[in-house]
This record gives sequence, structure tokens and C-alpha cells, in this order.
Amino acid sequence: MHPARKQRLQIVLFVMVFAAVAIGLLVFALRENLNLFFPPADIVAGKAPADQQIRVGGYVVKNSVHRSSEDLTVTFRLTDGQAEVAVRYKGILPDLFTEGEAAIAKGRLNDDRILEAVEVLAKHDENYTPPEVSDTAIKPHDY
Amino acid sequence: MGSPMWAVLKNFWHKLGSPKWFYQMSSRWLPWLSAITLGLLVWGLVWGLAYAPMDAKQGNSYRIIFLHVPASFLAMVGYYVMAIAGIVGLVWRMKMAMWVLRAAAPLGAVLTFISLFSGAIWGKPTWGTWWVWDARITSMLILLFLYLGVMALQNAFENEDSGNRASAVLTIVGMINIPIIYKSVEWWNTLHQGATIKFTEAPSMHMDMFKPLLLMIVTFYLLYALVLIMNLRCEILRHERRSQWVRELALNGKLL
Repeated sequence: MHPARKQRLQIVLFVMVFAAVAIGLLVFALRENLNLFFPPADIVAGKAPADQQIRVGGYVVKNSVHRSSEDLTVTFRLTDGQAEVAVRYKGILPDLFTEGEAAIAKGRLNDDRILEAVEVLAKHDENYTPPEVSDTAIKPHDY
Repeated sequence: MGSPMWAVLKNFWHKLGSPKWFYQMSSRWLPWLSAITLGLLVWGLVWGLAYAPMDAKQGNSYRIIFLHVPASFLAMVGYYVMAIAGIVGLVWRMKMAMWVLRAAAPLGAVLTFISLFSGAIWGKPTWGTWWVWDARITSMLILLFLYLGVMALQNAFENEDSGNRASAVLTIVGMINIPIIYKSVEWWNTLHQGATIKFTEAPSMHMDMFKPLLLMIVTFYLLYALVLIMNLRCEILRHERRSQWVRELALNGKLL
């Protein structure tokens, strides 16, 4: 290879490696902060800040969803298999919110360690199945 | 390396660097490529949107995947195309490579926008929100800004060569974002689900849905190539408009 080209190639490779290392370190330093939500285990272990708004994500525990008969208040529990967090939310849940499926709740923990949610989102998994085969195909987690 | 295969490759490489050769050859390819791409696009869209079964949980709204996934895929592949062109342009000072960079940037930006926009439309009925600042969606937004930044840099200099070189450096630096986008759903807790199509495992999708999706991805590769070639031909004409061969083509009415 021509020496001038070789030198330019070396500079380009250096820039690539340097940029990759710099951005890699940046992302590594931010790794905890880049998580969208806390799993319930972190909440129970006290790793989540208690006095500010947080998001909790997990599977909606079977038979834990209770709807109020007077208003739109709904309570349910989220689990990651290790711990559970109770959530209270007043509002309309997304269509895909179901027991056994994943959901993310945003809000503050009150003194009773219940998350007073201001927003609940349904988290869809990566599985796609037609209705007629969904009974036999991959099942949602049985928590 | 003196093998005949190497000589053929080297010859092709040198020809690819010739705007005149590329313009004339692509005039021959384009009708075929357009016809095949259009045919596959109609086939894939009708298959995916009308004939593929609906999803057990999401109903029909999942069908946006037939646009969302191929567009996202090519938005990322297109960035590598741009980065390779940038490296070749910087190291070998090949002007055609810099023109590829100019042709690829707006195309990638449009694909990234389609990905973000279709994702937002899907997110509202599925998640319950248009937008959330999770790692996948935010890194995809950064990709859009990178594409727009590359386009802005290309035109920010009086001298076009300086703009091309600056944008090539930005392209190379931004390349690290692509594996971050790809791996973001594994590395962090995100609202966006994990990958349905994996290189090492079977897709977590029923075959009746996966086949049209695969067809749409192949189609988008062709569509990308088609639009890239068309953009590149515009770049060639813009730069070579004063050359003899362009004049001759224009005077003979054979510019297209």
C-alpha cells in the first residue's frame, strides 16, 4: 500500500478505536442510569430512591389485579420472580395490560411501600403468534 | 496476490471508481432493479398486511412490523454503508466514495425517521404511549441526529471536499452507535421488547408471519440499493455536468 494511504488508514483506525473506547467508557459509566425501570427486587432491597418518581417494571402477578367498584382505581402487584411491589393506579390501563404479562408503572412509593402510579405502560414481549396457535405456543411467564 | 480472481476484483474496484462507467452500467441495471423491487414490494406488503394471520395479543396493529423492522434494519445497515464509503473516501481519496456518502445520508435519515415514526404509531395502542426515553428508542433518535449531522456537515463548508472529509470523520465516530442500538434491549431494561429475529436462534414468531417479514427485509435491501444508485447518479451528474460524456448523453437524449 502507498505510504500516504497507509498513514491515513492508520489515522482512521485510530479515530475509530478512540471513539469506540471513549463512548464505551461513557456508556459504561452511565449503565445504571440508562435503565428505564427498576425490577421489584431493587425496590425491596432499597436501591431505588424513595423520595422521587421512579419506574418499576415486572410481570403482573396472576389474580393480583383488583378494580375499584367506585372509580378507575386499580391495584396490582409486579414481580420479577424474586420480589413483589404493589401498585395503585387511577386511570385507564393500556389494552395489552394483562395478568401474567409485563408492565411498567411510573410513580412514587408511599409510606406503605405501595407505588402510587401516575402512568402504567404495557411491555410487549418479542413473541408473535396467530390466535389459533397461541394456546399451544410460547406461554407468558406463570408468575 | 496475483490470482485471476484477485485481478478481476481489482479491475471491478477500479471501474467502480469511474463515474462514467458506473453511470452507464447503472442505466442498464436500473430498469431491472426497479421492476424486481416494485414487484417484491407489492407482494410483501399484500402478504404482510392482508394475508398474514393477525397476532393473538395485539390483533392487527402488529402489522406495522412489516414496515418498522425492515426500515430499522436498513437504517442501521445504511450507516455501515456510509461508514465504509467514508473510510474509502478518506484513505484512498476516491471521489466516488464521497459521493456514495452524500447519496446515503438522506436515505438513511428517511429510513430512521420511518422507523421512529412507525414505532410511535405502534407504541400508542400497544404500550400506551407514543414515546418513552428508553435505551433503544433514544439511541435510534441519536442515529437520526447523526444522519442529519452528516448531511449538515457536508454542506457546511465553502469547499465541498472539506465538507465531505469532515462528514466522513463524523460518520466513522458515530459508527459505535450501531452496536449500541442493536444490543440496547439486552444491556438495559427497556420498554422496547427484545429482538424477534436472532442470528443464532429460531425467530420467536410464527412462520406464517415470519416469511412475509423476511420478504419485506429482502425487499428493503433492494429498495435501499435502488434509491442509493439513483441518488448516486444525481451526484455524478451534478459533479460531472461539464464533462464531455455527460454532454454527449444529454445531447443524444440518453441521460436516463
